Amino acid sequence: MTDSTNILSIRNVYKVFGDQPDTAMQMLRNGESKDQIFDKTGQTVGVFDASFSVKKGEIFVIMGLSGSGKSTMVRLLNRLIEPTAGTIELNGKDITALGDADLLDVRRKEMSMVFQSFALMPHMSVMENAAFGLEISGIERHERERRALEALEQVGLGEHGSSFPHQLSGGMQQRVGLARALANDPTILLMDEAFSALDPLIRYEMQGELIRLQKEQERTIIFISHDLDEAIRIGDRIAIMEGGRVIQVGTPKEIMSNPADEYVETFFKGVDVSKFLKAGDIACKESGCSIRINGAVQPFNPANSQFGYLLDGQDKLQGIVPLNEVDASDNVDALLSRQVKQHQSIYSDDMIKDVIKKVANASYPVPVIARNGRFCGVISKDLLLQTMSHS
Amino acid sequence: MSEFNLLDPFQFLTIPLGDWVESILNYLVQNFREFFRAIRWPIDQVLEFSEAILQSIPPLIGIILSSLLGWQLAGKKMGLFCAITLFSLGLIGVWSASMTTLSLVLTSLFFCVVFGVPLGILSARSDRVERIVRPLLDAMQTLPAFVYLVPVVMLFGIGNVPGVLVTIIFALPPLVRLTNLGIRQVPEDKIEAARAFGCTPKQMLLKVQLPLAMPTIMAGVNQTLMLSLSMVVIASMISVGGLGQMVLRGIGRLDMGLATVGGAGLVLLAIFLDRLTQAMGERSDINNTLHWYETGPVGFFVRGYRSMQTR
Repeated sequence: MTDSTNILSIRNVYKVFGDQPDTAMQMLRNGESKDQIFDKTGQTVGVFDASFSVKKGEIFVIMGLSGSGKSTMVRLLNRLIEPTAGTIELNGKDITALGDADLLDVRRKEMSMVFQSFALMPHMSVMENAAFGLEISGIERHERERRALEALEQVGLGEHGSSFPHQLSGGMQQRVGLARALANDPTILLMDEAFSALDPLIRYEMQGELIRLQKEQERTIIFISHDLDEAIRIGDRIAIMEGGRVIQVGTPKEIMSNPADEYVETFFKGVDVSKFLKAGDIACKESGCSIRINGAVQPFNPANSQFGYLLDGQDKLQGIVPLNEVDASDNVDALLSRQVKQHQSIYSDDMIKDVIKKVANASYPVPVIARNGRFCGVISKDLLLQTMSHS
Repeated sequence: MSEFNLLDPFQFLTIPLGDWVESILNYLVQNFREFFRAIRWPIDQVLEFSEAILQSIPPLIGIILSSLLGWQLAGKKMGLFCAITLFSLGLIGVWSASMTTLSLVLTSLFFCVVFGVPLGILSARSDRVERIVRPLLDAMQTLPAFVYLVPVVMLFGIGNVPGVLVTIIFALPPLVRLTNLGIRQVPEDKIEAARAFGCTPKQMLLKVQLPLAMPTIMAGVNQTLMLSLSMVVIASMISVGGLGQMVLRGIGRLDMGLATVGGAGLVLLAIFLDRLTQAMGERSDINNTLHWYETGPVGFFVRGYRSMQTR
């Protein structure tokens, strides 16, 4: 991870709510806790020494329970709430130091926001709502209606431009909210619990939609959520917040396999790992014996495996042979003639939940191959069960 | 000489408020009369203009125009309703007097909107302004009209213009209050969304706050109109013409017929204006999906024009 891929860097950001932020900051520097400060001064510490960075083109989920400061955190990014201390850098430009005009510019061009409550304007049609950000930026009518229509089509609402928000269902209203944010073509999309007000089916559908949109446009998205399943499904990386602190940042797998503290561990207890682990994450090279057939059969060590995986010079899988039927003296043709007919294989970026059936039905540990054809390892039934029982 | 009594200190301890007011008023009258006369000018212009128009329109044309307006704003039923109320006004023989009253009321409404809406916006934006404005509005609403009737006459003389002024004092508060309320009641999430998309304060006001507060502001306009009408009779004590004067004269001469006719005229006018402004308030409500030019008589012509074009 180099600095150049970071689009947004948050360093030591604090937010104190109340009328004496300086006193509270002084006490924080002296090492007093949030509760002590509240008892002595009545100041609430909303965000406490948050530092993390967001990479270009990823979906970064900030997740925490209510009161953890996640909604405050996202509003600090576009300064809907002014940070008390710390720096927030967008493409190397310090947002916390911007004047009013520059800040408006950032809000108009760089960051758009989608809200939990949709926050559509009831007196405007769907088209006018989608064009709202552009209208504010002073873009002339024809141009902004063209771009708004484009955004509406992206979210599947091209036909509804002349309707009014109250005529649409909740899911459709949030699509309008999404279109309004997309129409500005922002560098970063901020989504504050954008799907939390929707019913589960629609929410699932919208998550899929978001993942699709992100793939198409490679947009950086910062997503706030209190729902761990949602975070794991859409998030490339997750930041876990508790009591105003960012406790851990990492991919779901990193956090899962190496929780920072007990809170994170209990949080992740009961999570279905098969939903976010990919076949490549657990594929094991040791439990299958790879046999190189680079012109001639290279020496191999059957060890304790029962199946051999025939690899050519480019590490591509040529076949699977039961080791009890071969010995080290066989040549390539002999090996190939003994291979398992029509063997199954799985791609390394398949989700575990999608490969369970294949692994269960195969009589041999199923080989995992990368999209470019390279052999990554195998998944045996034992390995799969071990992984699933991890939680 | 009685002793100073602690239990009843007000035998000695009094503020000569009345004397103060009188001397201030005398001072103003003697030194600033020209200034107050100058204030009359803009009111006079608006009043004369509106009265000239209203009086010059023949009654039948007036009825037809208002009915079309009613139809445009709230449908055919409203149009018919306007026609009936205005026709009744003519039938009881108070057409001319009610046009005078209407021009008075509209003039006060004009000035109330000009001052009241900005004042309401200001007090919605700043709690300090609201704290200052509030007691003033309370005073304007509760102070008996007779109390300021006399100073107004001393400063501005008698006639329609001071009548409008008195009416403005009485009818302004609800508009300020409801504008303030309407803007403050705009949901927080809409404001936040507007800020997040980079609204300047001016854009916020014009594109979000005022449109969303419009139904409440229209309720304020409606209240201002009703209060103006109720002030007409009192204002006629300083020689304001129209329906109020009919009522006052009727009472003075114990001519119950005349007083009742004037009163009935006021009521009819009030119903007409109330319904019309209510309809305008509902139009600005959020559940309206048709454009204004697609409904009413205008819509009728627009449709006709469109079908001619397609042919």
